[in-house]
Amino acid sequence: MTRMTRMTGTTDTTGTIEAVDIVAGYPGREVLRGVSLAARPGEMLGLLGPNGAGKSTLLHVLAGIHKPRSGTVRVDGQDVFALGDRERARRIAVVPQRIEIPFGPRVATVALMGRYAHAPGFSGYGPQDEEIAADALREAGAAHLADRALSELSGGEQKRVFIARALAQRARVMLLDEASSGLDPARAIEIHDLLRRKCRQGAAVVIAIHDLNLAALYCDRMVFLKDGRVAAQGATAEVFSKEVIAGIYETTPELVRHPRLGIAQALFVPGADGDR
Amino acid sequence: MTPRPMTSADRPACAHTGRPALFAVLAGLAALGLASVFLACLFGPARVPALAAARVLGGVFGGGASGADPTLVTVVRDIRLPRAALSWLVGAALGLSGGVYQGILRNPLADPFTLGVSTGAAFGASLAIFLGLSSVPWLTALGLDPVPLAALAGAMAALAAVIALAGTGGGTRRETLVLAGIVTATFLSALISLLKSLGEESVAGIVYWLMGGFAGRGFGHLALFLPYFLVGLAIIARYSRELDILALGETQARMLGVRAARVRLYLLIGASLLAAASVAVAGVIGFVGLIVPHLVRLVLGSEHRPLLAASALLGGILLVWSDVLARTVLPHGAELPAGVVTALLGGPFFCLLLRGRAMGRA
Repeated sequence: MTRMTRMTGTTDTTGTIEAVDIVAGYPGREVLRGVSLAARPGEMLGLLGPNGAGKSTLLHVLAGIHKPRSGTVRVDGQDVFALGDRERARRIAVVPQRIEIPFGPRVATVALMGRYAHAPGFSGYGPQDEEIAADALREAGAAHLADRALSELSGGEQKRVFIARALAQRARVMLLDEASSGLDPARAIEIHDLLRRKCRQGAAVVIAIHDLNLAALYCDRMVFLKDGRVAAQGATAEVFSKEVIAGIYETTPELVRHPRLGIAQALFVPGADGDR
Repeated sequence: MTPRPMTSADRPACAHTGRPALFAVLAGLAALGLASVFLACLFGPARVPALAAARVLGGVFGGGASGADPTLVTVVRDIRLPRAALSWLVGAALGLSGGVYQGILRNPLADPFTLGVSTGAAFGASLAIFLGLSSVPWLTALGLDPVPLAALAGAMAALAAVIALAGTGGGTRRETLVLAGIVTATFLSALISLLKSLGEESVAGIVYWLMGGFAGRGFGHLALFLPYFLVGLAIIARYSRELDILALGETQARMLGVRAARVRLYLLIGASLLAAASVAVAGVIGFVGLIVPHLVRLVLGSEHRPLLAASALLGGILLVWSDVLARTVLPHGAELPAGVVTALLGGPFFCLLLRGRAMGRA
């Protein structure tokens, strides 16, 4: 935790993840056509946009897993694709969408996997790693699952386990693909509260998220992707508007204020497509 | 021929034993394995009293020269002990190798022979038999049996071909690997058939070798097998931690800092060394590599370290007793191939298992 709480200067790139002019895709299909963004320590950045806008691909590029055709990704000021695998995993932690596994290892073991990048090859995980992994499970509210097999958990439980694994990585940058999809509202709030706490402790968090209102409640800034380009980005209070949302999702919402927090929330209107 | 389990039947039961219990299970299996090897020395066409056999074995390990009957010493020490030890180690190698293959290919139907290693070995052995290498004087003078050596070479060559083929077809993706294995195996099977049809006098030898077994295996085979066993074991032990991570998929593994493609290749080579050496000394013995990891998974769950350790130990025990059965079930010292015994026992047993699980779920 000490590494995370350390404050950084404004010009310092430590703990910052930054993508510049990313063009990326798959053979015969371009998904991202020149995307730039940055997330700084203490910041939660929401990645929004319709299905197929390129959110997941962008997360994979940011994670250093999918090599872009052009453009650069830097973490701590260093090219992500020039880092060694372990080095990269010590700086960036990724929480995947639900994954299919034929054989499930135990939850405790999955959390311990977060320590792989820190534990040298021959000696394996040490007692300290076990402790950090156990702490991470507690923090993510998954300690009671430790002895269950990953493959027998519900979607929400699995998510907590993957978040615990990411916490165990002790990386300053966290990337999440749909942190709360398939979770009930209380679970979703819990998980995002946890992510916000991590931000307060100095983590840079990027979440790809479909739920606009949840994003508005938690994200400091938002990046809207559409057709592989950044359609809008900025502080949540600025970009979360009727016009921006209507332009991106092709349906016009009504905006209301959250009665307790005063944050804008979007309400969608059935049959509203024709109004435009 | 072999009934394959359904994927859906492969979800691990929720039984995950704690560490002390796990340790007890592994220690028990190890003790049972050693006991099996010694007990196996009592069985065979020649009657050996248990006490006399124990004295001979005590002489082997204690070093104390006992005045035992020399024929008895020959039977127990020079024939049965190496054979039992070999069957134990081969069983362990197959169980281990099957567990690793199922893990890296993320496929519950994979076994040590999925990538064509066995067909490569069979082709090597068939070629050696076809060319009559067993009767080449200078080879036999050196005390070398060319058939297992040729089998080993064939297995390694097949593995190299599969990896090269998969590499040209877009990296070592799982599907590409399996496909390359099938292509290689099919091609080599055709070549074996060709050899059989060309050399009529070697057909019997080839067929007999293909059935697999431990008849006439001794210290020479043990010496040939052991180095490959140890190297394969070391590779797998070194990368067993990564195996759990790879089971979540290559992307996940890379995100956690694992050099996924490279580690998978190492594990593949480790598991294939075990499979190749097994085939070289004992022919193609089916079922152990497929079933034993499944059985273990039902009890211990899918975590690879306990899974592989228990699969090795259980595979060893299974094959020791299969071989005992193979050499005692027929009268007058006639033998069944051990591969036939494992398949005959394993098939119905696995059907029962599947049925039990299906009923348990309903």
